[in-house]
Amino acid sequence: MSKRFKSLLTPIIAVLLGIIVGTIIMVVSGYNPVTAFTALWNGSFGDIYYIGEVVRQFTPYILAGLAVAFAFRVGLFNIGVEGQFLVGWLAAVWVGVAFDLPRIIHLPLAVLAAMVAGALWAFIPGLLKARFRVHEVIVTIMMNYVALHVSNYIIKNIITDNKDKTDLVKESATLRSDWLQSITDYSRLHWGIVIAIIGCFVMWFLLERTTRGFELRSVGFNQHAAHYAGMNVNKNIILSMVIAGGFAGLAGAMEGLGTFGYATVKGGFTGVGFDGIAVALLGGNTSLGVFFSAILFGALKVGALNMPLEAGVPNELVDIIIALIVFFVASSYIIRVFLDRISKKEVK
Amino acid sequence: MKKRKIGMALSLVLAAGTLLGACGKSDDTSKEESKGGEKEKAFSVAMVTDVGGVDDKSFNQSAWEGLKKFGADNGLKKGKDGFDYVQSKSDADYSTNLNTLARQDFDLVFGIGFLMQGAVDEIAKQQKDHQFAIVDSEVDQPNVASILFKEQEASFLAGVAAAMTTKSNKIGFIGGVEGAVIERFEAGFVAGVKAAKPDAVVDIQYAGAFDKAELGQSISSKMYASGADVVFHAAGGTGVGLFKEANDLKKKDPSREIWAIGVDSDQANMGPDVVLTSALKRVDNAVIDISKKAKDGNFPGGEVALYGLAEDGVGLAPINDKVSNKADIDTAVNEWIEKIKSGAVKVPGTRDELKTFSAK
Amino acid sequence: MEYVIEMLNIRKEFNGFVANDNITLQLKKGEIHALLGENGAGKSTLMNVLFGLYQPEAGEIRVKGKPVKISDPNIANDLGIGMVHQHFMLVDTFTVTENIILGREITTAGSIDIKKAEKQVREISERYGLSVDPQAKISDISVGMQQRVEILKTLYRGAEILIFDEPTAVLTPQEIKELIQIMKTLIKEGKSIILITHKLKEIMEVSDRCTVIRKGKGIGTVTVSETNPNELASLMVGREVVFKTEKKEATPKEDVLEITDLTVKDTRGVSAVNGLNLSVKAGEIVGIAGIDGNGQSEFIEAITGLRKAESGSVKLNGKELINQTPRKITESGVGHIPQDRHKHGLVLNFPIGENMVLQTYNKRPFSKNGILNFKEIYKKAKSLISEYDVRTPSEYTLARALSGGNQQKAIIGREVDRNPDLLIAAQPTRGLDVGAIEFIHKRLIEQRDNGKAVLLVSFELDEIMNVSDRIAVIYEGKIVAIVNPKETTEQELGLLMAGSNRKEAGEHSNV
Repeated sequence: MSKRFKSLLTPIIAVLLGIIVGTIIMVVSGYNPVTAFTALWNGSFGDIYYIGEVVRQFTPYILAGLAVAFAFRVGLFNIGVEGQFLVGWLAAVWVGVAFDLPRIIHLPLAVLAAMVAGALWAFIPGLLKARFRVHEVIVTIMMNYVALHVSNYIIKNIITDNKDKTDLVKESATLRSDWLQSITDYSRLHWGIVIAIIGCFVMWFLLERTTRGFELRSVGFNQHAAHYAGMNVNKNIILSMVIAGGFAGLAGAMEGLGTFGYATVKGGFTGVGFDGIAVALLGGNTSLGVFFSAILFGALKVGALNMPLEAGVPNELVDIIIALIVFFVASSYIIRVFLDRISKKEVK
Repeated sequence: MKKRKIGMALSLVLAAGTLLGACGKSDDTSKEESKGGEKEKAFSVAMVTDVGGVDDKSFNQSAWEGLKKFGADNGLKKGKDGFDYVQSKSDADYSTNLNTLARQDFDLVFGIGFLMQGAVDEIAKQQKDHQFAIVDSEVDQPNVASILFKEQEASFLAGVAAAMTTKSNKIGFIGGVEGAVIERFEAGFVAGVKAAKPDAVVDIQYAGAFDKAELGQSISSKMYASGADVVFHAAGGTGVGLFKEANDLKKKDPSREIWAIGVDSDQANMGPDVVLTSALKRVDNAVIDISKKAKDGNFPGGEVALYGLAEDGVGLAPINDKVSNKADIDTAVNEWIEKIKSGAVKVPGTRDELKTFSAK
Repeated sequence: MEYVIEMLNIRKEFNGFVANDNITLQLKKGEIHALLGENGAGKSTLMNVLFGLYQPEAGEIRVKGKPVKISDPNIANDLGIGMVHQHFMLVDTFTVTENIILGREITTAGSIDIKKAEKQVREISERYGLSVDPQAKISDISVGMQQRVEILKTLYRGAEILIFDEPTAVLTPQEIKELIQIMKTLIKEGKSIILITHKLKEIMEVSDRCTVIRKGKGIGTVTVSETNPNELASLMVGREVVFKTEKKEATPKEDVLEITDLTVKDTRGVSAVNGLNLSVKAGEIVGIAGIDGNGQSEFIEAITGLRKAESGSVKLNGKELINQTPRKITESGVGHIPQDRHKHGLVLNFPIGENMVLQTYNKRPFSKNGILNFKEIYKKAKSLISEYDVRTPSEYTLARALSGGNQQKAIIGREVDRNPDLLIAAQPTRGLDVGAIEFIHKRLIEQRDNGKAVLLVSFELDEIMNVSDRIAVIYEGKIVAIVNPKETTEQELGLLMAGSNRKEAGEHSNV
């Protein structure tokens, strides 16, 4: 069995296993698995509208995934994507509602604001890590809560007058496009997907092609060797968090300027930042891997909504089936080991 | 190395796509079909819940019960051609779900909860042929009915009951997240307390969340510790913590007289010894009412349907039998109900209105 | 003669690469049998086959004449085969006894009977002269002692045949002597030993017979008393090997490195280097001799900028460099072959080619306007790889996949190529085989002959004696003596390194 074939086979088997186990569970509990998976497919790719919604859904996933992956490549575990995402969302909307500018300035400004806000939010844990060796996982988790409540406060008391929701961002700052909506039958597809794809390219280029990327990767693999080689380890740690935060902030802009067009007071986390962790790990922390795993996650998320209605499968069971698919895909390592075993036996 | 990763990622998507696709082809025809056969088709209605789901012991559940009742009364089945619901997993799902239901050609689609306001507004603009309704918020579109409640009237009655039960003259109020709806609860409750017992004090606290039971418990713990003996919550799941704390205290010291007041639906089962009453918000009645109107061709599109005591949209659950002066309270509550229904008393719905409110 | 273990015509392949090709090894009862080969020759593979970690594609294993199939290490254990690994497998926070009984706990009614176990451990320890304290914590005992715990572990599990994998690599000269004594006791008590090593001196000293493998092939088995180190070395490498590195007389010129009153603290905050003074001249090799733990690591780390110095002065060509960044020091003309090539020397997950520009990646022609020029990088890497005889499938191969010797050659190539005025080599030949050692020594001497200053730190006295033009003895963070290798003996050096007999070596002045 060739290596290439094996690496192609692994994820297929993973998804298949998820479907098989999901099927067993559904049969046991008396639901029709064929209708259920048909509903999943229809709900994600069955109609141009749903395709648009899937793209809309995975756009922030890509950027959140990049935010995790980028830090991970430099040896940091960025659990704070959710917080960086929230402040990015807030900043984008704030700029979007507060100014009246020509589109050519306003939209880039709002996007930039989101990026800067996310970057600043990630700068703090980066600085604490570099300066005082405070573990970034702890700091970023706490920063998530700070982000949630601070942005709620700002929405309520500063941007609006005690309202739960900001106004829609100005036309000149929106990522939405009537054209994109019209070709996808009124899905919320917006131009953000272009930004997300550019983000993938930027991450790849920065890490793999630039001098700075060489340093970042060195620090990620071996801080001691990077130090030995004369690189400034602390500077690179901070920089990686800042860039990762920038990606997360952009993910927030996708929601603030695209999907929603406004910001709301939130009772809890959106989960996009945490899904980003799964997206990044599944994508092997490479930009292309993140891109494709985001598609898978986005399709599952959107398609799952259709399962209860079209197939009558209860929400709880849908959650279990989706979790199983993700579980098997994420544990593809086990499958690879298994395949190695088989191919060894073949040699004998 | 690099190539392998690319291959892996690619195959991921292919795998997902082909396998799912193999499971069956979509029946795209349903859309066209339904457009043609609109007249013959029986009336169908569906709702989108927020992330709480239909067993949230709150307005999602109440709305779903209304739909079920409406379905039973009109001989509808659960499913695509009768009545159904879709649960949202995040804020981003509201639009998709509303749109999905409209595409499935439900005649009327409810968005449950003010969080869905933006989504309903947007989808209503796109799906002009469909009828929508939103609970707890206003959407100004010709094909949207906005359902609002006079929560202040229910909580006013709760306030009266609380004031007549308290011995310490200290009463607590726990709000979920600050907003117009909860403000109505707060204003009405305080007004009710003042009307029945002017020297009672209300301690007002907000948890900042609708789903943090532990937070609700710690707030109520402080309230009870500082002498309050009746606490009312308008905080959804956060309020579960209030009942837990009250039950715990009661268990430790059965002679202690402490009470909790529930919200939305009758929460008496949360603690038979401690739940005084509940301020009812009959989302179910409102849902049934709008559905009926829509079925009969009287859909109040573009209007705000306001549900108060008079419309049987809000009310007060029966007072706990263990309260010593239950009869007095019942009498007083009924008196106030009459006054409110007749318009003799207008219950304040905001803090500003509360300032100028006088019960006489 | 009775054989306890016979490995006959063993063949092991990995994805088409033949690691063991028709190797035969027969171990007699009561002998110490050396297994000699260069790094990557297939010694470890062969032993892993015997220990049940790999399954051979062909060949037969017999234990006491009976053919056996060893499909996992537990079976090997049951057959009385025990392995003392090069990297100890001990739990630091456990006591000696706890480590030994791990996985074989004696339990009474569900709780571990530690007393009984301790007694057993003590008995075995005394019987084989290991003198290990069963109650000591692993983290509190020396590396040599930890190795004895590993030996005890195999004995406790009833091993009759002990495999020692490079046992002396981590030991001090004194500990090596003690280990040899222990091995002899084990033989006396009826055990048989397979000793994996590439150190010829040890083989000559302890083993009875020696099986040599080269590039996966069995070269043959010789009786040690009938051979000599030169013959063994040429069997192993496949050509004549020069032991005493040839070198011209040194012609030292001006001081390149001047260190005065250097004080450095170690990681725990304890002073490790205490007012060290030393100078290295252009055109000479100064060797630092000393027992591990006398401040060598901290000293090197401080002068290369990896560790903060408390006080003192480090001048390179008259320019003060103390507490400068590693980059500043590197760019001032210092090359550094670090002690731990995996920790500091290489980014193991990078291709070997990218490791070749680890310090110069940001300079032209490797980088322009912040964009890497991979064509130039790999061109450079390719030329260094061929110049320094780094054996790698390609310059795109991950550094991780290279053998230790080739990794080290790559580092040396990189450091020497930058043409530094001062080359610091810390343990440059640790864990390497004779061929690689010879190569590295030649390169160090070549640098000296080109008029560069070389500072060599090593725990191997042979190496220090062989390569250095002057030897500085370090003891408790100070240079306690400077001696001329031609006028000293290993015995004298040993005494100086132990620190107690400074006066007896009084003819050598302190610097």
